[in-house]
Amino acid sequence: MKSLSKIPLYLVAVILLIVSGYPFVYMISTALKTQGEFFEQPFSLFTSFTLENFTNVFQLGLTSYFVNSVIVTVIAVGAVVIIGALASYPISRMKFKFNRVLFLLFISGMMLPIHATLIPIFKLSESMGIYDTLYALIGPYIAFSLPISIFILTQFMREIPKSLEEAAQMDGCTHLGIFRHVIMPMLKPALMAVIIYNAIHLWNEFVFALVLISSPESMTLPLGLQAFRGDFAVNVPGLMAALTLASLPILVVYLFSQEKVVKGLTGGAVKG
Amino acid sequence: MQQVHTSLSQVKAEAKVKAKKRKMKNVLTITLFVSPALIVYALYVIYPILATLNYSFYDWSGSNVGTFIGLQNYVQLFNDSIFWTALLNNTWITLTSVFVQIPLGLIMALMLFAPIKGIKLMSSVYFFPFLMSTVAIGLLWIYMFDPINGSINQLINFFGFENVAWLSGENSALIAVLFVIVWQFAPFYMILFRAAIVGIPEELYEAAEIDGAKPWHKFIKITLPLLMPTIVSSSILAIVGSLKAFDIFYVMTGGGPNHATELMGTYMFKQAFVNFNMGYASAIAFVMFFIALIVVIIIQVLDYYRQKKGVFSE
Repeated sequence: MKSLSKIPLYLVAVILLIVSGYPFVYMISTALKTQGEFFEQPFSLFTSFTLENFTNVFQLGLTSYFVNSVIVTVIAVGAVVIIGALASYPISRMKFKFNRVLFLLFISGMMLPIHATLIPIFKLSESMGIYDTLYALIGPYIAFSLPISIFILTQFMREIPKSLEEAAQMDGCTHLGIFRHVIMPMLKPALMAVIIYNAIHLWNEFVFALVLISSPESMTLPLGLQAFRGDFAVNVPGLMAALTLASLPILVVYLFSQEKVVKGLTGGAVKG
Repeated sequence: MQQVHTSLSQVKAEAKVKAKKRKMKNVLTITLFVSPALIVYALYVIYPILATLNYSFYDWSGSNVGTFIGLQNYVQLFNDSIFWTALLNNTWITLTSVFVQIPLGLIMALMLFAPIKGIKLMSSVYFFPFLMSTVAIGLLWIYMFDPINGSINQLINFFGFENVAWLSGENSALIAVLFVIVWQFAPFYMILFRAAIVGIPEELYEAAEIDGAKPWHKFIKITLPLLMPTIVSSSILAIVGSLKAFDIFYVMTGGGPNHATELMGTYMFKQAFVNFNMGYASAIAFVMFFIALIVVIIIQVLDYYRQKKGVFSE
């Protein structure tokens, strides 16, 4: 009787599994078909295993999109971690007049619609002569990652006991010394959350790339995928191969450190 | 006595100088620590908002110098039926997020605690959609909604319905994209609710069980009230997120067919970077900013009264 009552639960669980998982199965399975096979049997799953689509995708420039995405993400995330942590330190641990104002100023950026900044940033990148280069993306990426990063980091920094800092101060440590030797080592979990959150968001970022990049050499992955759509208008398996490859890095990272990714991605909203 | 006095005042003065020095040093430290972030933020967030406001008073194509036309862009905007469609569609996203996505996220979170085999494995799959880039999701679902070779039509055929040309119908396109949004973001709310459910003390359920409470009663009387803060904060995230929506609509429908799925974001983008009506686009952009601002103010005020009354507080 007891196991019978669980049937509806299993039913719901399996329906959720199919709805969330099927599109991925379809994507991978289609990526492994030739075009002819796809038109004969569009819905068959894992009936063929051709790797031709994947090699095609690389020939069409996926590698360069990939490399661009890695460069932009690494530089922007690295910069955000450093300047975000620096700014969070006085905001969360020193008393001064503009403390609260600064905090609100930064975190209100989380609510901001990006579109309100697009045209001026576009003009700015033109006048700085960096339009259509990867440099154009770095500034906005750092700026728009700061709010959530400062939000997460200040939350963690507030919880570090004041006594540690005072002890270091007695020993003649400067603020920079305290920041480097006392605060930063204790921040590891928060820094991890900040890195994961921003890396995934920037890896997937689309609007700024769309506005600030136009030539294929400078395109990041999401923009490149969008461009593939024209090339692959009728070649569905080819497009699916591109989508599979583009999603793979994050899925692999996720499978290896699930809890960290989940915590990182919801870091701003879930404490601890 | 005299000597003692002087030395005391000397000490005091010295302390004052020291304190002043320390204060100066603190100001210097704060400035050094905050300025890198503040400079980037001012350049790419604060200045652009003000510039957008300024541009919105001009008739400007983006290249030459514009003509100042006062509030004309705003007047035109309020008489632009496409803008109102866009605003309505943004509202649809908000409603779907709050009334479909969040409840679904809650159901998914509750499923994670269901006493069934394999739920751990299944729950890792539940989270997949939230990891993929929106562009990739959009492209994937375009083919899922394909009128001939799409899986969705295959499924509804199975239940005896006719094929639907999802993304080319004015109503069906909106429904299709809203479905994809729910698919993508429900796992995010699932995680928020999971964290909140873990925080509910087990004793409450045990006590209720002793009193003979049914599972449904336990949910209504214990789980739901204790999840209220999470429901409120999720709704805030959903509302704010809905105002920013762009990627998925841009990729899947481009705002079409015939502006039926236009959003403020897609319309602003088209006016700015396709039609080069940068002044008009700035007006749309500033209205987006203004709506977000109003929403944030309303939330803050409600939050203030909530805390005062102590309702829903943790």
